[in-house]
Amino acid sequence: MERSSRARLLLAALACGTTLLAQSAGVVTVAPPPKLTARRGAEAEATIRVQLRDGYHVNSHTPSEDYLIPLRLTWSGGPLEVAGIVYPKPVLEKYSFSPKPISVFTRDFDIVTRFRTPANAPGGPAILAGKLRYQACNHNSCLPPKTVEFRLSVSVQ
Amino acid sequence: MTRFATGLIPVCAAALVLAGCSSAPPVNAGAPKGAKERKKAPDFALKDSTGQTVRLSDYKGKVVLLNFWATWCGPCKIEIPWFMEFEQKYKDRGFAVLGVAMDDEGWEIVKPYVERLKVNYRVMVATEEVDNAYGGVESLPTSYVIDRDGNVASRHVGLVSRSIYEQEIENLLESGRGKK
Repeated sequence: MERSSRARLLLAALACGTTLLAQSAGVVTVAPPPKLTARRGAEAEATIRVQLRDGYHVNSHTPSEDYLIPLRLTWSGGPLEVAGIVYPKPVLEKYSFSPKPISVFTRDFDIVTRFRTPANAPGGPAILAGKLRYQACNHNSCLPPKTVEFRLSVSVQ
Repeated sequence: MTRFATGLIPVCAAALVLAGCSSAPPVNAGAPKGAKERKKAPDFALKDSTGQTVRLSDYKGKVVLLNFWATWCGPCKIEIPWFMEFEQKYKDRGFAVLGVAMDDEGWEIVKPYVERLKVNYRVMVATEEVDNAYGGVESLPTSYVIDRDGNVASRHVGLVSRSIYEQEIENLLESGRGKK
Protein backbone atom coordinates (compact mmCIF):
# COMPACT_ATOMS: atom_id res chain seq x y z
CA MET A 1 0.00 0.00 0.00
CA GLU A 2 1.32 3.47 -0.83
CA ARG A 3 2.39 5.61 2.10
CA SER A 4 -0.22 8.26 1.31
CA SER A 5 -3.00 5.65 1.19
CA ARG A 6 -1.90 4.21 4.50
CA ALA A 7 -1.82 7.65 6.06
CA ARG A 8 -5.34 8.37 4.75
CA LEU A 9 -6.59 5.03 6.12
CA LEU A 10 -5.05 5.77 9.50
CA LEU A 11 -6.70 9.19 9.55
CA ALA A 12 -10.00 7.61 8.55
CA ALA A 13 -9.66 5.01 11.29
CA LEU A 14 -8.93 7.66 13.89
CA ALA A 15 -11.80 9.89 12.73
CA CYS A 16 -14.27 7.05 12.49
CA GLY A 17 -13.21 5.35 15.71
CA THR A 18 -13.29 8.59 17.65
CA THR A 19 -16.70 9.52 16.34
CA LEU A 20 -18.32 6.13 16.79
CA LEU A 21 -16.83 5.26 20.15
CA ALA A 22 -17.34 8.76 21.48
CA GLN A 23 -21.06 8.51 20.88
CA SER A 24 -21.69 5.08 22.32
CA ALA A 25 -20.91 3.85 25.80
CA GLY A 26 -22.23 0.57 27.09
CA VAL A 27 -25.89 0.12 26.24
CA VAL A 28 -26.61 3.72 25.22
CA THR A 29 -25.85 5.39 21.90
CA VAL A 30 -26.39 9.05 21.12
CA ALA A 31 -27.16 9.81 17.49
CA PRO A 32 -25.09 12.78 16.31
CA PRO A 33 -27.13 15.97 16.60
CA PRO A 34 -27.51 17.84 13.29
CA LYS A 35 -25.57 21.08 12.80
CA LEU A 36 -27.22 23.97 14.59
CA THR A 37 -27.59 27.48 13.24
CA ALA A 38 -27.67 29.99 16.10
CA ARG A 39 -28.52 33.66 15.62
CA ARG A 40 -27.03 36.21 18.00
CA GLY A 41 -29.50 37.38 20.64
CA ALA A 42 -31.90 34.50 19.90
CA GLU A 43 -32.60 30.98 21.09
CA ALA A 44 -32.06 27.76 19.15
CA GLU A 45 -32.90 24.14 19.93
CA ALA A 46 -30.84 20.99 19.50
CA THR A 47 -32.29 17.52 19.85
CA ILE A 48 -30.26 14.45 20.63
CA ARG A 49 -31.64 10.99 19.96
CA VAL A 50 -30.78 8.50 22.69
CA GLN A 51 -30.85 4.85 21.68
CA LEU A 52 -31.10 2.19 24.33
CA ARG A 53 -30.22 -1.47 23.92
CA ASP A 54 -33.24 -3.78 24.06
CA GLY A 55 -34.01 -5.14 27.49
CA TYR A 56 -32.37 -2.26 29.35
CA HIS A 57 -33.69 0.86 31.00
CA VAL A 58 -31.96 3.97 32.31
CA ASN A 59 -32.95 5.93 35.37
CA SER A 60 -34.81 9.09 34.44
CA HIS A 61 -33.54 12.61 35.20
CA THR A 62 -35.83 12.52 38.25
CA PRO A 63 -35.29 9.08 39.80
CA SER A 64 -37.86 8.00 42.33
CA GLU A 65 -35.34 6.60 44.81
CA ASP A 66 -32.47 8.59 46.28
CA TYR A 67 -29.89 5.84 45.68
CA LEU A 68 -30.47 5.84 41.91
CA ILE A 69 -28.18 7.82 39.61
CA PRO A 70 -30.13 10.27 37.43
CA LEU A 71 -29.79 10.76 33.69
CA ARG A 72 -27.92 14.02 33.13
CA LEU A 73 -27.13 15.94 29.94
CA THR A 74 -24.46 18.63 30.15
CA TRP A 75 -22.81 20.92 27.59
CA SER A 76 -19.51 22.73 27.61
CA GLY A 77 -17.42 24.89 25.30
CA GLY A 78 -18.60 27.19 22.52
CA PRO A 79 -20.26 30.58 22.73
CA LEU A 80 -23.81 29.35 23.46
CA GLU A 81 -25.50 29.31 26.87
CA VAL A 82 -27.87 26.56 27.95
CA ALA A 83 -31.32 28.09 28.52
CA GLY A 84 -33.00 24.80 29.39
CA ILE A 85 -32.96 21.06 28.90
CA VAL A 86 -36.21 19.23 28.27
CA TYR A 87 -36.21 15.53 29.02
CA PRO A 88 -39.15 13.39 27.91
CA LYS A 89 -41.77 12.25 30.37
CA PRO A 90 -40.41 9.19 32.20
CA VAL A 91 -42.42 6.02 32.78
CA LEU A 92 -42.99 4.31 36.09
CA GLU A 93 -41.99 0.68 35.76
CA LYS A 94 -42.06 -2.14 38.28
CA TYR A 95 -39.12 -4.53 38.39
CA SER A 96 -38.45 -7.62 40.46
CA PHE A 97 -35.79 -5.70 42.38
CA SER A 98 -37.91 -2.68 43.23
CA PRO A 99 -40.73 -2.84 45.77
CA LYS A 100 -42.22 0.27 44.13
CA PRO A 101 -42.31 1.31 40.45
CA ILE A 102 -39.27 3.40 39.52
CA SER A 103 -38.95 6.36 37.16
CA VAL A 104 -37.11 5.25 34.01
CA PHE A 105 -36.76 5.49 30.26
CA THR A 106 -37.23 2.14 28.56
CA ARG A 107 -37.02 2.91 24.85
CA ASP A 108 -35.26 5.30 22.49
CA PHE A 109 -36.00 8.90 23.36
CA ASP A 110 -35.10 12.52 22.55
CA ILE A 111 -33.66 15.23 24.78
CA VAL A 112 -34.07 18.83 23.68
CA THR A 113 -31.65 21.56 24.70
CA ARG A 114 -32.59 25.22 24.31
CA PHE A 115 -29.51 27.35 23.71
CA ARG A 116 -29.32 31.12 24.04
CA THR A 117 -26.80 32.90 21.84
CA PRO A 118 -25.42 36.08 23.44
CA ALA A 119 -25.70 39.21 21.32
CA ASN A 120 -21.93 39.63 21.42
CA ALA A 121 -21.10 36.02 20.50
CA PRO A 122 -18.39 35.77 17.86
CA GLY A 123 -19.75 34.71 14.49
CA GLY A 124 -18.67 31.61 12.61
CA PRO A 125 -18.37 27.90 13.35
CA ALA A 126 -18.11 26.51 16.87
CA ILE A 127 -18.19 23.12 18.56
CA LEU A 128 -20.05 22.27 21.76
CA ALA A 129 -19.15 19.16 23.75
CA GLY A 130 -22.10 17.19 25.10
CA LYS A 131 -22.00 14.56 27.83
CA LEU A 132 -24.82 12.23 28.73
CA ARG A 133 -24.31 10.44 32.02
CA TYR A 134 -26.58 7.49 32.65
CA GLN A 135 -26.95 4.34 34.69
CA ALA A 136 -28.66 1.35 33.11
CA CYS A 137 -30.15 -1.88 34.39
CA ASN A 138 -32.09 -4.77 32.95
CA HIS A 139 -34.69 -6.84 34.79
CA ASN A 140 -32.19 -8.35 37.23
CA SER A 141 -28.82 -6.61 37.05
CA CYS A 142 -27.25 -3.19 36.68
CA LEU A 143 -24.31 -1.75 34.80
CA PRO A 144 -21.98 0.91 36.22
CA PRO A 145 -22.75 4.55 35.44
CA LYS A 146 -21.27 5.64 32.12
CA THR A 147 -20.92 8.84 30.12
CA VAL A 148 -21.49 9.14 26.39
CA GLU A 149 -19.61 12.03 24.82
CA PHE A 150 -20.61 13.69 21.56
CA ARG A 151 -20.24 16.98 19.71
CA LEU A 152 -22.58 19.57 18.30
CA SER A 153 -21.45 21.72 15.38
CA VAL A 154 -22.80 25.24 15.57
CA SER A 155 -22.79 28.09 13.11
CA VAL A 156 -23.23 31.45 14.87
CA GLN A 157 -24.70 34.13 12.63
CA MET B 1 -17.21 5.35 -4.11
CA THR B 2 -13.79 6.89 -3.52
CA ARG B 3 -10.84 4.83 -2.28
CA PHE B 4 -10.93 6.85 0.91
CA ALA B 5 -14.57 5.94 1.56
CA THR B 6 -13.96 2.29 0.64
CA GLY B 7 -11.17 2.12 3.18
CA LEU B 8 -13.47 3.57 5.80
CA ILE B 9 -16.02 0.72 5.65
CA PRO B 10 -13.99 -2.08 7.29
CA VAL B 11 -12.63 0.34 9.87
CA CYS B 12 -16.11 1.52 10.82
CA ALA B 13 -17.37 -2.07 10.85
CA ALA B 14 -14.61 -3.04 13.26
CA ALA B 15 -15.38 -0.04 15.45
CA LEU B 16 -19.06 -0.99 15.50
CA VAL B 17 -18.22 -4.57 16.49
CA LEU B 18 -15.94 -3.30 19.26
CA ALA B 19 -18.59 -0.89 20.47
CA GLY B 20 -21.16 -3.67 20.49
CA CYS B 21 -18.86 -5.94 22.48
CA SER B 22 -18.08 -3.39 25.13
CA SER B 23 -20.87 -4.48 27.40
CA ALA B 24 -21.67 -8.15 27.28
CA PRO B 25 -25.21 -9.01 28.37
CA PRO B 26 -25.44 -10.37 31.87
CA VAL B 27 -25.14 -14.12 32.08
CA ASN B 28 -26.15 -16.17 35.03
CA ALA B 29 -23.45 -18.77 35.26
CA GLY B 30 -25.65 -20.51 37.82
CA ALA B 31 -25.29 -24.20 38.57
CA PRO B 32 -22.67 -25.10 41.17
CA LYS B 33 -19.61 -26.97 39.92
CA GLY B 34 -18.54 -30.35 41.25
CA ALA B 35 -15.63 -30.20 43.69
CA LYS B 36 -13.10 -31.44 41.10
CA GLU B 37 -14.08 -28.86 38.47
CA ARG B 38 -13.70 -25.88 40.76
CA LYS B 39 -11.01 -23.26 40.29
CA LYS B 40 -9.28 -21.20 42.93
CA ALA B 41 -10.96 -17.91 43.75
CA PRO B 42 -8.39 -15.11 43.23
CA ASP B 43 -7.02 -13.95 46.55
CA PHE B 44 -7.15 -10.27 47.45
CA ALA B 45 -6.27 -7.90 50.22
CA LEU B 46 -8.70 -5.03 50.72
CA LYS B 47 -9.38 -2.67 53.62
CA ASP B 48 -12.72 -2.78 55.37
CA SER B 49 -14.47 0.30 56.73
CA THR B 50 -12.40 0.16 59.93
CA GLY B 51 -9.14 0.11 57.97
CA GLN B 52 -8.42 -3.55 58.69
CA THR B 53 -7.05 -5.65 55.85
CA VAL B 54 -9.33 -8.42 54.67
CA ARG B 55 -7.74 -11.26 52.72
CA LEU B 56 -9.86 -13.91 51.07
CA SER B 57 -7.17 -16.46 51.99
CA ASP B 58 -7.84 -15.71 55.68
CA TYR B 59 -11.20 -17.41 55.15
CA LYS B 60 -9.80 -20.75 54.02
CA GLY B 61 -11.73 -23.44 55.88
CA LYS B 62 -14.95 -21.42 55.62
CA VAL B 63 -17.65 -21.24 53.01
CA VAL B 64 -17.67 -17.67 51.65
CA LEU B 65 -20.28 -15.73 49.74
CA LEU B 66 -18.30 -13.04 47.91
CA ASN B 67 -20.70 -10.37 46.68
CA PHE B 68 -19.78 -7.56 44.27
CA TRP B 69 -22.34 -4.78 44.61
CA ALA B 70 -22.84 -1.01 44.47
CA THR B 71 -24.99 1.54 46.25
CA TRP B 72 -26.71 2.54 42.97
CA CYS B 73 -27.69 -1.06 42.18
CA GLY B 74 -31.33 -1.87 42.87
CA PRO B 75 -31.01 -5.68 42.64
CA CYS B 76 -28.05 -5.53 45.07
CA LYS B 77 -30.25 -3.72 47.55
CA ILE B 78 -32.67 -6.66 47.55
CA GLU B 79 -29.92 -9.17 48.28
CA ILE B 80 -28.17 -7.36 51.14
CA PRO B 81 -30.82 -8.21 53.79
CA TRP B 82 -30.69 -11.88 52.66
CA PHE B 83 -26.93 -11.91 53.06
CA MET B 84 -27.22 -10.34 56.51
CA GLU B 85 -29.53 -13.16 57.50
CA PHE B 86 -27.16 -15.77 56.04
CA GLU B 87 -24.27 -14.25 57.99
CA GLN B 88 -26.27 -14.48 61.18
CA LYS B 89 -27.70 -17.93 60.50
CA TYR B 90 -24.58 -19.75 59.27
CA LYS B 91 -21.60 -17.94 60.82
CA ASP B 92 -21.24 -20.55 63.59
CA ARG B 93 -21.08 -23.32 61.00
CA GLY B 94 -18.06 -21.80 59.23
CA PHE B 95 -19.63 -19.33 56.83
CA ALA B 96 -18.97 -15.68 56.03
CA VAL B 97 -20.26 -13.07 53.62
CA LEU B 98 -17.77 -10.62 52.12
CA GLY B 99 -19.15 -7.60 50.27
CA VAL B 100 -17.03 -5.73 47.73
CA ALA B 101 -18.48 -2.35 46.76
CA MET B 102 -17.82 -1.15 43.21
CA ASP B 103 -18.74 2.49 43.73
CA ASP B 104 -16.22 4.86 42.14
CA GLU B 105 -16.69 7.31 45.00
CA GLY B 106 -15.41 4.74 47.51
CA TRP B 107 -16.00 4.94 51.26
CA GLU B 108 -17.46 8.43 51.06
CA ILE B 109 -20.64 6.93 49.71
CA VAL B 110 -20.29 3.28 50.77
CA LYS B 111 -19.74 3.82 54.49
CA PRO B 112 -22.94 5.78 55.21
CA TYR B 113 -24.89 3.29 53.11
CA VAL B 114 -23.68 0.19 55.02
CA GLU B 115 -24.15 2.00 58.32
CA ARG B 116 -27.71 2.93 57.41
CA LEU B 117 -28.51 -0.66 56.45
CA LYS B 118 -26.64 -1.97 59.53
CA VAL B 119 -24.78 -4.48 57.39
CA ASN B 120 -23.43 -7.17 59.70
CA TYR B 121 -20.76 -8.65 57.40
CA ARG B 122 -17.45 -7.26 56.25
CA VAL B 123 -17.59 -4.80 53.39
CA MET B 124 -14.64 -3.55 51.36
CA VAL B 125 -14.26 -1.16 48.44
CA ALA B 126 -12.98 -2.70 45.21
CA THR B 127 -9.71 -1.81 43.57
CA GLU B 128 -9.01 -2.09 39.86
CA GLU B 129 -6.69 -5.00 40.65
CA VAL B 130 -9.46 -6.99 42.34
CA ASP B 131 -11.91 -6.08 39.60
CA ASN B 132 -9.47 -7.40 37.00
CA ALA B 133 -8.65 -10.51 39.03
CA TYR B 134 -12.34 -11.42 38.87
CA GLY B 135 -12.50 -10.87 35.13
CA GLY B 136 -13.78 -7.29 35.14
CA VAL B 137 -16.99 -7.22 37.12
CA GLU B 138 -19.43 -5.40 34.84
CA SER B 139 -22.96 -6.45 35.78
CA LEU B 140 -24.05 -6.15 39.37
CA PRO B 141 -24.77 -7.95 41.53
CA THR B 142 -22.17 -10.62 40.82
CA SER B 143 -21.62 -13.18 43.54
CA TYR B 144 -19.28 -16.10 44.04
CA VAL B 145 -20.01 -18.97 46.39
CA ILE B 146 -16.63 -20.26 47.52
CA ASP B 147 -16.01 -23.61 49.21
CA ARG B 148 -13.89 -24.28 52.27
CA ASP B 149 -10.83 -24.91 50.09
CA GLY B 150 -11.08 -21.44 48.54
CA ASN B 151 -12.46 -22.72 45.23
CA VAL B 152 -15.38 -21.18 43.31
CA ALA B 153 -18.39 -23.48 43.56
CA SER B 154 -20.73 -21.13 41.69
CA ARG B 155 -20.98 -17.67 40.19
CA HIS B 156 -24.21 -15.74 39.86
CA VAL B 157 -24.60 -12.63 37.74
CA GLY B 158 -27.74 -10.65 38.47
CA LEU B 159 -30.43 -11.16 41.03
CA VAL B 160 -31.15 -14.83 41.72
CA SER B 161 -33.51 -16.29 44.24
CA ARG B 162 -32.60 -16.39 47.89
CA SER B 163 -33.34 -20.12 48.02
CA ILE B 164 -30.64 -20.85 45.42
CA TYR B 165 -28.02 -19.23 47.63
CA GLU B 166 -29.33 -20.96 50.73
CA GLN B 167 -29.25 -24.36 49.07
CA GLU B 168 -25.72 -23.86 47.79
CA ILE B 169 -24.46 -22.63 51.15
CA GLU B 170 -26.15 -25.52 52.97
CA ASN B 171 -24.68 -28.05 50.54
CA LEU B 172 -21.17 -26.66 50.88
CA LEU B 173 -21.41 -26.47 54.65
CA GLU B 174 -22.64 -30.09 54.76
CA SER B 175 -20.14 -31.45 52.25
CA GLY B 176 -17.23 -29.82 54.04
CA ARG B 177 -18.19 -30.84 57.57
CA GLY B 178 -15.17 -31.57 59.72
CA LYS B 179 -12.93 -29.34 57.64
CA LYS B 180 -13.50 -26.29 59.83
